[in-house]
Amino acid sequence: MKKNNRFILIKRTLTAALVSFMAVSAEAAISNDKVIIGYMDDFNGSYSDLGGPAGLTSIEMAIEDFGGSVNGKPIELISADHRNNPAVGSTIAREWMDEKSVDMITGLTTSSVAIAVTQLVEEKNKFAMVTTGASDSITGKYCTPNHVHWVYDTFAVSDTTARAIVEQGGKSWFLLSADYAFGHAMEAAVEKAVLESGGTIVGKVRHPFPTDDFSSYILQAQASGAQIISLASAGSDLVNAISTAYQFGIPQSGQTMASLLLFLTDTKALGLDVAQGTQFVTGWYWNSDDKNRQWAERFYKRVGRMPTMVHAGDYSAVTTYLKAIEATGSDDPADVRSYMIKHPINDFFSRNGRLREDGRMVHDMYLAKVKAPAESKGEWDLYEILSTIPAEKAFRPLTDSQCKLVNNER
Amino acid sequence: MTMILGVPLTMFMGQLILGLINGAFYALLSLGLAVIFGLLKIVNFAHGAQYMLGAFTALLGLRYLGLNYWLALLVVPLVVGGLGILTERFFLRRIAHLDDLYGLLMTFGLALIIEGSLANFFGVSGARYPTPESLSGGFQLGFMFLPTYRAWVLVAAIGMCFATWFIIERTRLGSYLRAGTENPMLMQNFGVNMPQLITLTYGFGVALAAFAGVLAAPLYSVSPSMGSNLLIVVFAVVVIGGMGSILGAVITGLAMGLIEGLTKVYYPEAASTVIFVVMAIVLTLRPAGLFGKEA
Repeated sequence: MKKNNRFILIKRTLTAALVSFMAVSAEAAISNDKVIIGYMDDFNGSYSDLGGPAGLTSIEMAIEDFGGSVNGKPIELISADHRNNPAVGSTIAREWMDEKSVDMITGLTTSSVAIAVTQLVEEKNKFAMVTTGASDSITGKYCTPNHVHWVYDTFAVSDTTARAIVEQGGKSWFLLSADYAFGHAMEAAVEKAVLESGGTIVGKVRHPFPTDDFSSYILQAQASGAQIISLASAGSDLVNAISTAYQFGIPQSGQTMASLLLFLTDTKALGLDVAQGTQFVTGWYWNSDDKNRQWAERFYKRVGRMPTMVHAGDYSAVTTYLKAIEATGSDDPADVRSYMIKHPINDFFSRNGRLREDGRMVHDMYLAKVKAPAESKGEWDLYEILSTIPAEKAFRPLTDSQCKLVNNER
Repeated sequence: MTMILGVPLTMFMGQLILGLINGAFYALLSLGLAVIFGLLKIVNFAHGAQYMLGAFTALLGLRYLGLNYWLALLVVPLVVGGLGILTERFFLRRIAHLDDLYGLLMTFGLALIIEGSLANFFGVSGARYPTPESLSGGFQLGFMFLPTYRAWVLVAAIGMCFATWFIIERTRLGSYLRAGTENPMLMQNFGVNMPQLITLTYGFGVALAAFAGVLAAPLYSVSPSMGSNLLIVVFAVVVIGGMGSILGAVITGLAMGLIEGLTKVYYPEAASTVIFVVMAIVLTLRPAGLFGKEA
């Protein structure tokens, strides 16, 4: 009898030990038993329409569609306005990661903020998915193993368009750029594309971000005599620049404005009469096929306007993140990232998408043209898609990369 | 081609004209601020929001009431000025006996409320206000193409500044205002209704801001944040000119417009900070401002 009791005791002790060991390992997989996502973007300034509060709605939709929880653990969402200020963004990110156990930060419009925050995210070993921010240096010079760049970047929107414009005969260029990380990156990408395809740069000027009055810069662009005036600005800056160019008679005088980074919200603000004919590259357009229209209508019901590529990208990024956690059972950045690299990313937003080792999510991009007023059949029917630029061609090739994670012989 | 410090003469002239136009704009806005501060001792932080309200009212008036531009120039300042009168009567008067700082805080709070509410309903991208037909197109001046509308802004802004100066310095009403700031009690005893005068003056300053807003509508996108970007620059102009001086506000506004314009040609990256550099220098050498009264 005694032997039996001892045996039972040992069995029970071993079972208890095994169970507690399993419980501990399960806890280590999803930190704090919760997935906390932080959305940090521009809620009030120049970029708040192209991303901003509506992006939060996209993410809410993504979480709802996923079921509100992953592997039985709840998903929480918090948000903050970084006001396009890297210092503010860094402070918020630090507080989120240190005190609120945020696992993933997304949004991050304004490249200078995106760069500052992703450096911090690497330090704290959390994860970030840059959806709104633009500069291609985010997966170049400033790449880290803890973040990915999802929707578009300065190279993707400027390289193809610039080359196409030079080929069509626009050989002399004047570059007007926003004076911070995003503008500098775009200026460099355009300059390279123009020079490599046989064009010339006759002048450059950088304007403070944000700027209301573009008259002086437009005057300089006019005086340069360049055939093409390219704008490396976004949001309300771009809208002001184009309106000013219109007032100064630029389209009528024979010079062409190349608005390289154009969002649906900018086109709406400008009006088709001013923006018509503009050719540009976009990562996604709501009215291009049934799948996109379906999602866009859901978004429209909640927000009251049609989504930009960033809003669609927010949904796609968060959904992919949750899928990665579900599949690997872990929210550790390395696990999530390697899952994303191994599995193609195909949803309504990303066609033929995959995550590269530098963190760049490459997917098909589209060359689009703004419709003339007569061609538009609805309030938001603004673009015509001219052609698809395949994923592998649209983004800066890895051989050209300055990312420390890429093995390149230099 | 003659060059001035590396910039062709034609470009230089063009930038001077643009700078002058911007300066006239700054002058008009800082005039409203200077009138309110000089005569009421209120630091009107809502000035930017009131300028924006002027532009917004013109836009909405056009969209929903078919209010054309010329009517808007007349009607909108009256409407927004009326709102200013209500603001003074129900908000500012209650804290008039307190330190000036409270006026600043209250107007700042009001500005945030106005801008936030409009941003909530209309978004931030801004909407285009079409240039009126009679003012579209422009003149080919040889060294630059000057849009007609900008030439009109120069004329209208300077005209309004002159009209304001005339009212304050050359009319009886203006003399009551000036006397009222020096000695309100005495004016009250003489039978002048000082509280009413103060209310009307605040309304007038706000109307000036709204007038500038209507002028600005065809120039820049009409967005809820258009005033906040401009306000800090306008404050710098008023501080440089001297907080109480109306003439100072006008002259400094024009001068700062010119300086900013030239900076945009020679070193554009500094264009948004040059006015503050000037402010720092002026305050170091003449703390009361260039035309300020208190020595």
